[in-house]
Amino acid sequence: MTKKIRDTPMLDELENGPWPSFVTGLKRLANDESKPHADMMKDLLGQLEHSYETRKGFWKGGTVGVYGYGGGVIPRFSEVAEDYPDSKEFHTLRIQPPAGMHYDTATLRKMCDIWEKHGSGLIALHGQSGDIMFQGCSTENVQPAFDELNENGFDMGGAGPALRTSMSCVGHARCEQSCYDEVRAHRMIINDLIDEMHRPALPYKFKFKFSGCPNDCVNAIHRADMAVIGTWADEIQIDQDEVKLYLEDVGRKYFTESVQMNCPTNAISLNDDDTMEIDDSSCVRCMHCINVMNKALSPGKDKGVTICLGGKRSLKIGDLMGSVIIPFMRLNTDEDYERLLTLAQDTVDFFAENALEHERIGETIDRIGLVNYLDAVGLDIDPNMIAHPRTNSYVKTDGWDEEAAKWFARKDDQATEAAE
Amino acid sequence: MSEMREPIESGVPDPFPLMHPTLKANYGNWSWHDRPRPGVLHHVAHSGDEVWTVRAGTPRQLDTFAIRELCDIGDKFADGHVRFTTRSNIEYMVSDETKVAPLIEALEAATYPVGGTGNSVSTISHTQGWLHCDIPGTDASGVVKSLMDELMHEFKNEEMPNRVRLTTSCCQINCGGQGDIAINIQHTKPPLINHDLVANTCERPSVVARCPVAAIRPALVNGKPSLEVDEKKCMCCGACYPPCPPMQINDPEYTKLAVFVGGKHSNARSKPTFHKLVAAGIPNNAPRWPEAAEVVKTILRVYKEDARDWERVGEWIERVGWPRFFELTNLPFTKYHIDDWRGARGSFNASTHVRM
Ligand code: HEM
Ligand code: HEM
Ligand code: HEM
Ligand code: SF4
Ligand code: SF4
Ligand code: SF4
Ligand code: SF4
Repeated sequence: MTKKIRDTPMLDELENGPWPSFVTGLKRLANDESKPHADMMKDLLGQLEHSYETRKGFWKGGTVGVYGYGGGVIPRFSEVAEDYPDSKEFHTLRIQPPAGMHYDTATLRKMCDIWEKHGSGLIALHGQSGDIMFQGCSTENVQPAFDELNENGFDMGGAGPALRTSMSCVGHARCEQSCYDEVRAHRMIINDLIDEMHRPALPYKFKFKFSGCPNDCVNAIHRADMAVIGTWADEIQIDQDEVKLYLEDVGRKYFTESVQMNCPTNAISLNDDDTMEIDDSSCVRCMHCINVMNKALSPGKDKGVTICLGGKRSLKIGDLMGSVIIPFMRLNTDEDYERLLTLAQDTVDFFAENALEHERIGETIDRIGLVNYLDAVGLDIDPNMIAHPRTNSYVKTDGWDEEAAKWFARKDDQATEAAE
Repeated sequence: MSEMREPIESGVPDPFPLMHPTLKANYGNWSWHDRPRPGVLHHVAHSGDEVWTVRAGTPRQLDTFAIRELCDIGDKFADGHVRFTTRSNIEYMVSDETKVAPLIEALEAATYPVGGTGNSVSTISHTQGWLHCDIPGTDASGVVKSLMDELMHEFKNEEMPNRVRLTTSCCQINCGGQGDIAINIQHTKPPLINHDLVANTCERPSVVARCPVAAIRPALVNGKPSLEVDEKKCMCCGACYPPCPPMQINDPEYTKLAVFVGGKHSNARSKPTFHKLVAAGIPNNAPRWPEAAEVVKTILRVYKEDARDWERVGEWIERVGWPRFFELTNLPFTKYHIDDWRGARGSFNASTHVRM
């Protein structure tokens, strides 16, 4: 006898309206009697309806994993399993997506085949963590499901006090604003540090995210411990013919109000002959003018990244935005990418050694001071790291002369380098 | 267990074998783009190659039927390749402009709305909720579905002053992240402790350490080791609940929704900002959350009417000022809007700049 779906009057209301409904999807899985997940999804719908009625969640964690790895499976056991026995275990596998989240349909179909054989048929593309979330698996099927996904080129993502799954924007693959090879940086760093993801042994989570320009489409600056964000060092490229066409199209008033007056540093002017001029030494590379006039303007040619450290959400001291630790690192040659990798490795090592348990690196830096981090990984200080110098006098400045000498020595080095 | 299979530690999959051929061929060599209509991007490479991208909204929680349906559309109309955005929109790429219209038609026929580009309201980035998390106060997927039903016009059109990014989170941790408008859980009562379970379930020192305001103390209750909460200190954040489920923070009535505005990750014009609390005490009213939708729609309506071109929600409020924001939206300004967490002074108006 086939199992019946219980009535779900509240969920049914979420099948109305024009936006595609996840409830309709859950019901399709529950009603497909040809698949092993039908009964599981019937009870899942029952439990979810129960949550809607009582306004409470009924999942608890536990311990489930796969052979060889210490993390990546999110265990879910039902607290109301007597009433909904077929979804009593409903674990999630976090699987890392391809950099840039590109797929061909054959790969997605393969994932569907695997997940309807071993799991619930429910896949989130993607979780906030960036993972492909294969949701809804019995304890016994976790290993075979992972084995098949793994044989097909997919690997477990991060959970717990570990390196976490990363994300990169579409960038080089389809975006003219992209200032570095996001796929290369993303795969280079994560794959080098992969042991930290699969065998959680850090004080707490550590996330990298990769955006190709300061538009930061993957929200790296706040949602990554280390945000790698593309930028440039030289002049914005201006195509004056396109500027003229743009002005003809929108008019000078619109240009003044919407492009020029929105520049945060007043770096833009319009000459008498309708050519556009940008004071690149004032420009903070915010992207606004380039976004609005993307045919006429492009990022400079000397490309690389700004790196910010310490972004995180509320717990425990409150939200932190990442802040600059590298104003500009050129990313062009193999050696440049090597230097980025070394910084990533050194920073994760620093985190492992210096963070307290359950402390994010932003909090560590808050506790011990930015300069101590910079010293530990061998980075030079730079005025781009601050919004403004300290306003209080509570500091012992007895090493002033040596510190000043270091600054001038660095300036000399930079001058020599630039001359070469 | 018999033989154990060693995992292949392959890490991040290589996207190149999966990528649309035009994207692969022009990797790192794009020149400019425009948007022929909402939901469609048109990119031109230095090589002269062109690609049209059609973006459609999805519910994120996808069943195998939906994924196969989306794949069928991809195979029939879009060269067999897709990608996803961070907000769970699906994107189809075609290198032939004549394929755009039939692709849009097929997506809309299958009920996937085409939009989410440019100055529209894109899909709400969201979390798991009752469907799958172990600490949720609400169901993120349901909130998103209810809101997107109401925001369909704004998703399919580019009529906003700038892009609008909404997020929602089903606990105060806020997995959803910063948003122009964020709809988040906000608890209003301290956790109810099930003292019978604490000793067996919770590592008491780590629960004590978790509390941001040091409101938790170890205590003996009915002769058993348990915990107690100083209810005067507790600000109901829920941080003690994940490490100690007997500290029941979720409540059908006292767990409410709050709305925050003005968060932004992009560096365009102004620096990135955190969102700020504007409304709380909104009932957690499953299955459709009409009260939350009303607040969000009001803020969007006023923003659309009042903001200048390219102002994000936070930038608009920065210009017109908070008094005007509360006046235009008719939301009450209360003592709860005045920060008392560390660094609060930074949010005070230390000037004589006042708006009359
Ligand atoms: C495979 C086994 C386990 C996994 C994958 C796991 C995973 C996790 C993760 C991901 C966190 C959050 C950590 C973070 O991101 O900060 C966590 C926290 C925690 N886990 Fe586990 N856990 C496991 C086993 C256990 C066991 C056996 C216990 C207790 C006996 C335990 C007790 C805790 C506690 C108390 C916390 C909260 C930590 C704190 O208060 O700082 N876990 N666990
Ligand atoms: C098994 C336990 C846990 C799991 C599986 C887990 C998982 C996650 C995941 C997947 C993310 C998003 C990751 C990403 O976007 O890359 C995250 C973020 C976060 N988690 Fe956990 N977590 C656990 C426990 C905890 C605990 C116990 C705490 C704190 C008490 C915590 C605090 C946070 C915070 C603050 C973030 C925000 C990160 C940010 O956006 O900056 N997590 N967690
Ligand atoms: C056993 C406990 C937990 C599990 C299994 C868990 C699981 C998850 C999952 C699956 C996600 C992805 C959500 C989605 O996209 O749908 C996530 C995100 C997140 N979780 Fe948790 N979580 C746990 C506890 C916590 C705790 C205690 C915190 C904070 C105190 C937390 C903070 C976050 C944050 C901030 C994110 C989003 C982070 C980002 O986007 O970077 N989680 N968690
Ligand atoms: S972050 Fe910049 S480079 Fe990356 S997709 Fe967004 S606009 Fe393009
Ligand atoms: S990128 Fe930003 S700061 Fe630089 S000129 Fe353009 S608008 Fe001004
Ligand atoms: S916001 Fe909170 S309840 Fe929702 S998925 Fe994230 S951790 Fe779970
Ligand atoms: S709810 Fe938050 S403030 Fe209250 S006791 Fe728990 S951790 Fe402390």
